Amino acid sequence: MTFLFIVGEVIIECLIPFITARLVNNIQAGIEMDALVRTGLLLVLMAVVSLCCGAAAGYTSARASAGFAKNLRHDLFDRVQDFSFENIDRFSTASLVTRLTTDVTNVQFSFMMIIRTAVRSPLMFIFAVTMAYIMGGSLAMTFVVVIPVLFIGLFAIAKAAMPAFRRVFKKYDKLNESVEENVRAMRIVKGFSREEYEKVKFGQAAEDIRRDFTKAERIVALNTPLMRFCMYFNSVFVLTVGSRLVITSRGKVLDVGQMSAMLTYGMQILMSLMMISIIYVIITISLESMRRISEVLDERPSMNDPENPVMEVPDGSIDFEQVSFKYSAAAKRYALENVDLHIRSGMTVGVIGGTGSSKSTLVQLIPRLYDVTDGCVRVGGVDVRDYSVKVLRDNVAMVLQKNQLFSGTIKENLRWGNETATDEELVEACRLAQADGFVSSFPDGYDTYIEQGGTNVSGGQKQRLCIARALLKRPKVLILDDSTSAVDTRTDALIRAGLRDYIPETTKIIIAQRIASVQEADMIVILDNGRIDAVGTHDELLRSSEIYREIFEEQTHKEDGDE
Amino acid sequence: MNKGKRRINFGSLSRVVKLLLKSYPVLVPLTVVCIIIASIMASIPAIFQQKIFADIGDWYQTGDWQGAAKVILPKIMLLATFYVLAMIAVTVYTQLMAYITQGFLNKMRKELFSRMQNLPIKYFDTNKHGDIMSRYTNDIDSLRQLVSQALPTFLLAGVVVIAVLFIMLYYSLWMTLVVMVGVFLIILVSGRLGGGSARYFMRQQKSVGRVEGFIQEMMSGQKVVKVFNHENHCREDFDELNGELFDNSYRANAYANVLGPVIMNIGNLIYVSIAVIGGALVLLRVPNPGLSSLFAGSIGVLTIDVMIPFLGMAKQFTGNVNQLAQQVNSIAMATAGAERIFQLLDEKPESDEGRVTLVNAVIDEDGMVTEVPEHTGKWAWKVPADVTIHEAGHILHERVENPDYNYVELRGDIRLKDVDFAYNKDKPVLHDISLYAKPGQKVAFVGATGAGKTTITNLLNRFYDIEDGKIRYDGININKIRKSDLRRSLGLVLQDTNLFTGTVMDNIRYGKLDATDEECREAARLAGADDFITRLPEGYDTILSNNGDNLSQGQRQLIAIARAAVADPPVMILDEATSSIDTHTEQIVQRGMDMLMHGRTVFVIAHRLSTVKNSNVIIVLEHGRIIERGTHEELLEQRGQYYQLYTGAFELE
Repeated sequence: MTFLFIVGEVIIECLIPFITARLVNNIQAGIEMDALVRTGLLLVLMAVVSLCCGAAAGYTSARASAGFAKNLRHDLFDRVQDFSFENIDRFSTASLVTRLTTDVTNVQFSFMMIIRTAVRSPLMFIFAVTMAYIMGGSLAMTFVVVIPVLFIGLFAIAKAAMPAFRRVFKKYDKLNESVEENVRAMRIVKGFSREEYEKVKFGQAAEDIRRDFTKAERIVALNTPLMRFCMYFNSVFVLTVGSRLVITSRGKVLDVGQMSAMLTYGMQILMSLMMISIIYVIITISLESMRRISEVLDERPSMNDPENPVMEVPDGSIDFEQVSFKYSAAAKRYALENVDLHIRSGMTVGVIGGTGSSKSTLVQLIPRLYDVTDGCVRVGGVDVRDYSVKVLRDNVAMVLQKNQLFSGTIKENLRWGNETATDEELVEACRLAQADGFVSSFPDGYDTYIEQGGTNVSGGQKQRLCIARALLKRPKVLILDDSTSAVDTRTDALIRAGLRDYIPETTKIIIAQRIASVQEADMIVILDNGRIDAVGTHDELLRSSEIYREIFEEQTHKEDGDE
Repeated sequence: MNKGKRRINFGSLSRVVKLLLKSYPVLVPLTVVCIIIASIMASIPAIFQQKIFADIGDWYQTGDWQGAAKVILPKIMLLATFYVLAMIAVTVYTQLMAYITQGFLNKMRKELFSRMQNLPIKYFDTNKHGDIMSRYTNDIDSLRQLVSQALPTFLLAGVVVIAVLFIMLYYSLWMTLVVMVGVFLIILVSGRLGGGSARYFMRQQKSVGRVEGFIQEMMSGQKVVKVFNHENHCREDFDELNGELFDNSYRANAYANVLGPVIMNIGNLIYVSIAVIGGALVLLRVPNPGLSSLFAGSIGVLTIDVMIPFLGMAKQFTGNVNQLAQQVNSIAMATAGAERIFQLLDEKPESDEGRVTLVNAVIDEDGMVTEVPEHTGKWAWKVPADVTIHEAGHILHERVENPDYNYVELRGDIRLKDVDFAYNKDKPVLHDISLYAKPGQKVAFVGATGAGKTTITNLLNRFYDIEDGKIRYDGININKIRKSDLRRSLGLVLQDTNLFTGTVMDNIRYGKLDATDEECREAARLAGADDFITRLPEGYDTILSNNGDNLSQGQRQLIAIARAAVADPPVMILDEATSSIDTHTEQIVQRGMDMLMHGRTVFVIAHRLSTVKNSNVIIVLEHGRIIERGTHEELLEQRGQYYQLYTGAFELE
């Protein structure tokens, strides 16, 4: 559609000078008034049609490109929803956001430019050249000189400037990133009195950018003189050769009207060449965005449902059989090595270990957030890879360490766990998670609006809401990954007591820093460097595990001789 | 018709122009001159064309090129000379523009940054970071647009419009009127369409904000989405927002896209009208008044050789009017950006009237002090003679007597007396805080979120200034100490670690810029960070980016502690510095810190009581007041708030 309108617009636009030229000649030759009016009306009509075509083309191209962007965003978002954790890890959050926003906008813009100008300019170019030859005859020879000069010149400039610009933009992004870093870390900058140091650092980077930018812009600035040169050359040539032709042939080979039309066509040809070179630049710039977008679209979700998935989780037992795991095939070290672990349904299991001992990694294998590298994980006696992912995750609720509430009311957030939950069920779950107290104390209660990132509730409150949200799933397995670290010890204990009393048949896995959080568990797993160091009850471990004893002593007894 | 239309902010515009002139007092006027020359040169060819066409008209019946050439060629030669001049002017001004624009932007960027560095913390606490950032990105970009595009084009087009208008008037009043009617039409239409486009662009901006907010939230919460099988809901919500964005975006762009062809085709209409009306005038031999008739003293008739260049001029005229109309819009946008930049530049910087400085010192056995340039591990306050030194200050005897200064030993004796503070006048945060940290003591603050723990540390390093009361550091009023020296003497480790892009080593060295690699490693060992750093793939040369998002929160905290440790400060403030470190590692860190801070003062804020247990003084805060203070044992005996907090852990035993 758009193309059609553009074609119409271009044809008419090229015809107008042609007919005008004839008109001019006719006037010169002496013409009847009604003939003049007739030609005049024809011209006006043509201008109006051209206007309509142009407007329609503008409208349709805007719609098409906005629609294109919409579909692109939709596909991208869709694809990300299909990603596994492994896929997500490969792209950082920030980079996914940029791809969905800035990159899509870039592509939308260039798409619009392309459908509007990429058709228009070459067409204009071809028509104008054809018309010029038809009308100007030998006078059109000027274009044989001008066009290649301009063409080569423009593309040489574009080609020289492009890499320079790309380099600059990269540096420019870096500069802005470092400013952002500075804004965020202002307390540290000022705390260490590093203002001057940062200024010097920034000054150097900015100076570097100025140099590169100036270089690139000066290359591009050559465009205008080049363009002018061709225009002027064309004008002088047409005037000299044209007037000679007109006079020597007494207006037979070339007349005054044709000569003036040649000047107009010259402009049109040069302008369209200029536009083509601009499009070339825009396309090359958006290619980078295109590439980054297709990187996401081409990413294959690394986890898919099996052929005939198991649709029911029989019970909450969990078995790790000789499980080894690493985050990427290229990683040198295994995050988990030869883990054997058997948990009966309904047990409460505590997991303890130092920073980086792979506690989170261990539990993430249960709801199949990642696939094992070796061995297998079974829930309810079935390999997790045989379940439908949805069924498995509905039955294995996990409260992540890095958890998040979403903007919306508390109710809406809680219903993530179970859409059809009644208000009573919500309150019940919050009571278990010790969240009902503070939620009811809010003026809007369960309808309190949570800001993006949950900034208007404290860390401890956020954690309790996240636990309530997970409880609403009525899962067979509940995993709490350091989910009460910001909750005071008393509330922590109440939550655990609640879990024990109200959902005894659910298997509960608790990762914690505090011994108090796990010491009454049926089984405590000590992880050290991706291996199981010891398994047992609190009392057994106090006797058998040195690590456990050490942690326990640190947390309960005051160290001697420290003061 | 719509009041919300963007306006040009002339205040900001003239400030930009003044700044430009100040930065480039020679180059900017030179550029302006070149632009004016170039635009006049661009208008003149029309006259030559008219003359040449007239000559052709005179000669073409004869067919005598030899004769005609004598008249025509000199004119073409002259024209070519003008062209060469125009070429030179254009080349010079475009090159100068590129140079000036980048130089100017660079200057603005640097000024922006250095002003920002001098702003008080309050500014960063009360302004959204994204908002500050957009001055460096959007606003600087719009300034670039203004300086490199809008202003020169406006000038160029303006001069051309005036020049062409005169030339047109010179030839024919009637024809000029035809053109003017068309121009009026253009202004009318572009006002209409421009208004509609601006309205939808605003809506589009809002939709973009919403979509980006949603994407941001969902992408960062993607793992939670998956754990809850919530993908399809997200898709639906997203599609709704996405559809809304599509609506506004295509409307906004449609208005903008339609504007161009419409104006161009009105230009075509003018072109056609001139041909037709001009033709009629020629045929009917209507008198043709114009400026030329003034010179000639008589009114002639319109001839064909006037009409032809008029066609070209009409195109040029409408084209440039169109340029002007568009530039008005972009100048309005750019001045809005410039205004935001100036806002930041006009922000009041952090004032610093402190004159007491921190110097490295050597103190020999008999207690005599000598000021030295290099780091010695000993510091002294260099106090001007007229600054009062209160009782806690240990005045040192100088090896070489200097009557203008007294030297006070830096010991880390900090006293707060009756301190009140409020971030907002009507909401007091701290009331009557008095406390005394003796040199070498570990002072801990305990209390609920919002009790005022962090606020106290904000006052110590003067991120904020107190409302009432006194804070003295080694007997010196902290207001009298130069801010940078005060802060240098206070090591700071915060819960939000804020690492910088660069290697691990660079990040540790941030604490002390001239530290050797060995010093940095030693600091890392003290902080208990050496162990994990050496296990990173590139060890100390591992590049951290994005606030170190390839490390765990605990590991980041360890690096932040190492960064403070390498600075080797006499006083340390640890604000939830170990909150994400497991208790075992924390023990290692604490042992290291205790060693480092032996004999120096430490302020600790922590919600984990095991972290603060061994402090000399524990201060329990509630609603900005001190409600309990004492050692761990004393507080347990008091059976107050602290006791309750502490025993919570053992309630089930």
